[in-house]
Amino acid sequence: MYAQEVKSTGKGVKSLDEMEPLERAFQEKVNADIKIEPKDRMPDGYRKTLIRQISQHAHSEIVGQLPEGNWITRAPTLERKAILIAKVQDEAGHGLYLYCAAETLGISRDQMTEQLLSGKAKYSSIFNYPTLTWADIGAIGWLVDGAAIMNQVPLQRCSFGPYSRAMIRVCKEESFHQRQGYDIMMKLCDGTQAQKEMAQDALDRWWWPSLMMFGPSDAQSVHSAQSMAWKIKQDTNDELRQKFVDQTVPQAKYLSLTVPDPDLKWNEEKGGHDFGEVDWAEFFEVVAGNGPCNADRMAARRKAWSDGAWFRDGLMAHAQKKQTRNVAAE
Amino acid sequence: MTGNPIYEFALRMGDNCLILGQNVSAWCGHAPVLEEDIALANVALDLIGQTRMWLGFAGEVEGKGRNADDLAFLRDARAFRNCLLVEQPNGDFGQTLMRQFLFDAWHHPMLKALAGSANVRVAEVAEKSVKEAAYHLDRSTGLVIRLGDGSDESHNRMQAALDGLWRYTGELYATDAIDEAVIGRGFSAIEEQYKNYTSKIFDEATLTIPEATFMHKGGKSGLHSEALGAMLADMQILQRSHPGAQW
Repeated sequence: MYAQEVKSTGKGVKSLDEMEPLERAFQEKVNADIKIEPKDRMPDGYRKTLIRQISQHAHSEIVGQLPEGNWITRAPTLERKAILIAKVQDEAGHGLYLYCAAETLGISRDQMTEQLLSGKAKYSSIFNYPTLTWADIGAIGWLVDGAAIMNQVPLQRCSFGPYSRAMIRVCKEESFHQRQGYDIMMKLCDGTQAQKEMAQDALDRWWWPSLMMFGPSDAQSVHSAQSMAWKIKQDTNDELRQKFVDQTVPQAKYLSLTVPDPDLKWNEEKGGHDFGEVDWAEFFEVVAGNGPCNADRMAARRKAWSDGAWFRDGLMAHAQKKQTRNVAAE
Repeated sequence: MTGNPIYEFALRMGDNCLILGQNVSAWCGHAPVLEEDIALANVALDLIGQTRMWLGFAGEVEGKGRNADDLAFLRDARAFRNCLLVEQPNGDFGQTLMRQFLFDAWHHPMLKALAGSANVRVAEVAEKSVKEAAYHLDRSTGLVIRLGDGSDESHNRMQAALDGLWRYTGELYATDAIDEAVIGRGFSAIEEQYKNYTSKIFDEATLTIPEATFMHKGGKSGLHSEALGAMLADMQILQRSHPGAQW
């Protein structure tokens, strides 16, 4: 989801009997729900998979500031403005915890930033869609943060200690974000005709991209099994997507909004909704860099980084001068 | 204009916070380093919070049923009472920081003085804001020193920012009848503190205050630069295009 394209490096899941002693000891620890900490021995594949997943997650938080930040200056009331600033600030904070968690695995924040800016590292496809109206801010909180929570609640039990602890903090804030998004939608749906239309339009545009957040269907997601064996991942993409649809459909109904899926219907037998097929061709295009805002998002991040070089260098230069002066004074 | 000096004064304080907070908030997601994104969002949040208190109070004093949002989103540029400094565009990050420092160095002693005001409501709002302003000043002072006395480039950028913005500082402490009605003679002490503090910090930052001393004024009485109208057009768009809607 926030890390929807993580390819784990393991080649199929081995049974305990097939494993080397060290590998087996590690797997048994995971099976016993003992958290893996940064200094513990871990298979290379586990380390690499986690670095990719956590850094993708962090990059998603950082890039995720942009679509919502787009409406901070136009928020319709002072209260909404303050809430939105606080929310975007939380996202920057989540990025920071997550970069720190990834750093414990032996990669620096600068290296991760470099991977993002060079296009080598991915971030969630959702942030490559534009925020065209104020209702999009409501829809993002409601749907995008709602989908994020669905994925991140199980990640609180992830086998890697620092990631699991970061997720516990992140989840508390995300549930507040979702409520504020839904609150924006309620206000709009209770408002003028133009506001109601704005809300419906936002749902029409954000529904399918939100379902894409869970990543490709299990049938196409060949690397899920190893991540699940390592307890980096707890549920399959399709299970989470189903849960999200079942949770969200009644919320849309409460708002008197129509979910833009003609195939959506309640299936009594399975106790869940049937729903239409996500346009995976679109998903893969967006992931490949061809979504409506990929170029803008990356350009904004690159500009912030390159425009800020003098600032970072200036602070380093000052720190060095100070150190030299202190040494001279001794 | 109601002619009530307390109303006008509350607008001045609130509009300063609103316009600066609005400018600062535009950096969200675009700052040079993640810690700055977070810190700037904090500053913006504090300022928007203070805006709500000042403009809410202004609306009560005015007594025409206007709340803080009405005052923020439904006035035209000529009715805004912020000083010219805070409406200057963000520019590069150095300009944003210098603008913040030049404002904070005034805002903090001003709020301290207002916390002792005979007007209880003014004193209350000032008391609630002064801790935040102390933190803002501490932060912007540290950055001005480090960047002024940093690399050649950071020094040059900070000097250029100071050269461009110093001319707007005189308006901060220039008094008129409205200010004096609220704060009495307290202003002369603020002017002196401001000049002493800024010159001490610029000295440490190896920056030089420009020799030209002509000071621009007008914002406090509603005469603004071109930048303000464009900023308000952006900020007020939803309230203006959906009259009466609730958000």
